[in-house]
Amino acid sequence: MQRVVLTVTKNEALTPLIYEMHLAGDVSGVTRAGQFVEIALDGLYLRRPISVCNYDEDELTIIYKVVGKGTDLMSQMAEGTQLDVLTGLGNGFDVDYECQKPLLVGGGVGVPPLYRLTRDLIARGREVTVVLGFNTESEIFYAEKFEALGAKVVVATADGSQGIKGFVTDAIRESGVEYDYFYSCGPLPMLKALCLATTTSGEVSLEERMGCGFGICMGCSIMTTNGAKRVCKDGPVFKKEEVIW
Amino acid sequence: MVRDLSVELCGVKLDNPVIPASGTFGFGKEMAEIYDINILGSISFKGTTRDARFGNPTPRIAECPSGLINSVGLQNPGVDAVIAHELPELRKIFRKPIIANISGFSIEEYVECCQKLDKEEQVAILEVNISCPNVHNGGMAFGTSPESAAAVTKAVKAVTTKPVFIKLSPNVTDIVAIAKACEEAGADGITLINTMLGMRIDIARRKPVIANKMGGFSGAAIFPIAVRMVYQVAHAVKIPVIGCGGVATAEDVIEMMMAGATGVQVGAENLRNPYACKEIIEELPYVMERLGIEKLTDIIGIIE
Ligand SMILES: Cc1cc2nc3c(=O)[nH]c(=O)nc-3n(C[C@H](O)[C@H](O)[C@H](O)COP(=O)(O)OP(=O)(O)OC[C@H]3O[C@@H](n4cnc5c(N)ncnc54)[C@H](O)[C@@H]3O)c2cc1C
Ligand SMILES: Cc1cc2nc3c(=O)[nH]c(=O)nc-3n(C[C@H](O)[C@H](O)[C@H](O)COP(=O)(O)O)c2cc1C
Ligand code: FES
Repeated sequence: MQRVVLTVTKNEALTPLIYEMHLAGDVSGVTRAGQFVEIALDGLYLRRPISVCNYDEDELTIIYKVVGKGTDLMSQMAEGTQLDVLTGLGNGFDVDYECQKPLLVGGGVGVPPLYRLTRDLIARGREVTVVLGFNTESEIFYAEKFEALGAKVVVATADGSQGIKGFVTDAIRESGVEYDYFYSCGPLPMLKALCLATTTSGEVSLEERMGCGFGICMGCSIMTTNGAKRVCKDGPVFKKEEVIW
Repeated sequence: MVRDLSVELCGVKLDNPVIPASGTFGFGKEMAEIYDINILGSISFKGTTRDARFGNPTPRIAECPSGLINSVGLQNPGVDAVIAHELPELRKIFRKPIIANISGFSIEEYVECCQKLDKEEQVAILEVNISCPNVHNGGMAFGTSPESAAAVTKAVKAVTTKPVFIKLSPNVTDIVAIAKACEEAGADGITLINTMLGMRIDIARRKPVIANKMGGFSGAAIFPIAVRMVYQVAHAVKIPVIGCGGVATAEDVIEMMMAGATGVQVGAENLRNPYACKEIIEELPYVMERLGIEKLTDIIGIIE
């Protein structure tokens, strides 16, 4: 974990409620795909946790959905705004897991952390398929970005307005995608359905309401097959086999 | 000029009065990764119970204006695991006296935990959290009546050798009566305040934000209440007081001490700023200089 001041260099709407923000500065605290940052916001007591979508030497990207006060404040930030951010939080995905054809499954604002993961897996020579689930066409984002990285992309929408109609599990079945491991991030019901539907091992990124975000308050605990774990520090990524649904 | 930050709690010398409050610093490990925690006066570790506890269902946290509600529910690995695993780890990263925070749901449980932790060399003070419900008395918290607060104090004092601080709940009508009852029962000191019972409702989902509906409210918002209660209690008892509740700055530490606190705990602020205690300790000499304070002990309880 590092506490740094980052500067907003870009803050644009991808869909009516989803924004992409670029934060420049010392991001050396971020070391793995699937980690998250916590942003302090004026007038709010607790920091807001947001996954890292991508990171390079001196900039990181986050994608967030406006759901309340904090994310609304963020959506109004101008370029040049300086933010107090904790970086390098959480364990991140196991990018070195030995597999050939990983399947990456994202739902809604669970999609962003899979972007950097895709980049890292492709850099390791893996054959990546990404299944992205959204409610409807107007909420789709980043599909072409994943394609540009070299991944095979399957889109599913709940209302069938684009791609396969249904949930990500329907899309996996219908597209007949072959995989030997999976990585996922998205809403809990989706992760549960996915873990029950998949035949291989895999890992999922979980979400809990957080107090600190760095392991000291026990606000985010879940019970796993390996005992109590903190989503913020021991996670947010857990092995499928560890999660108790 | 060198400023003297040292204080003494029942013969336990602290380099400064700043102590992370129980439950807001874990067992120090995560914080030691980002700064040398030996700058702290002491550490009050996570509330320990006889048996391991997972705690309450999630969500356990709710945002509030200038604070938060938590309903962690005393998640801890149990006293034996704390002694076997956490304390040896803490010893490697922290060489100063520590405060053992103990919770219980029956007098027997408090007694057993205190007896075990009393034998641990690095433990300098036992801090007994009496905000917990008494399972043998319809779940009424021990800290809500002078009689049950005194009963816990007496039972714990009978089996321990180290200074016992009773940590009081603010959710009472007469905090002074309870503090006095603890003093008469043999308490060596008082820590106050614990969290205030609070609740938030998600108006869109028409549900409480916290899974357990209610939880403990703390953070900057409760500072004035904590100062008031520390002031009332410190002036009513002769034993030392550790002030806690909403402390976020070096100025807050001074204010708590002027109200009557000898030690000062920092709780929720650690969750939003992991460097809170470090920054407060580094800032204290400058604030003392500005206010013309040479020794912190000079200001304890100066408000009549
Ligand atoms: C590890 C992790 C990674 C996340 N990554 C992303 C991401 O990449 N993009 C994204 O859009 N969102 C992400 N979230 C969710 C995001 O943190 C919340 O949407 C945000 O905190 C809401 O803040 P708010 O002030 O706008 O909403 P509020 O008005 O505070 O609350 C609205 C809703 O947001 C959720 N929420 C509020 N506070 C927290 C909190 N402290 N921790 C978790 N959830 C909370 C609750 O479900 C609540 O009902 C992530 C959460 C976690 C725990
Ligand atoms: C997340 C959290 C966990 C806590 N756990 C404990 C505990 O285990 N034992 C205890 O005596 N107090 C516990 N407390 C109470 C604090 O130690 C402190 O008394 C209270 O929060 C008021 O201080 P603050 O306003 O600085 O947070 C906890 C508080 C928080 C926020
Ligand atoms: S949010 Fe505090 S331990 Fe995870």
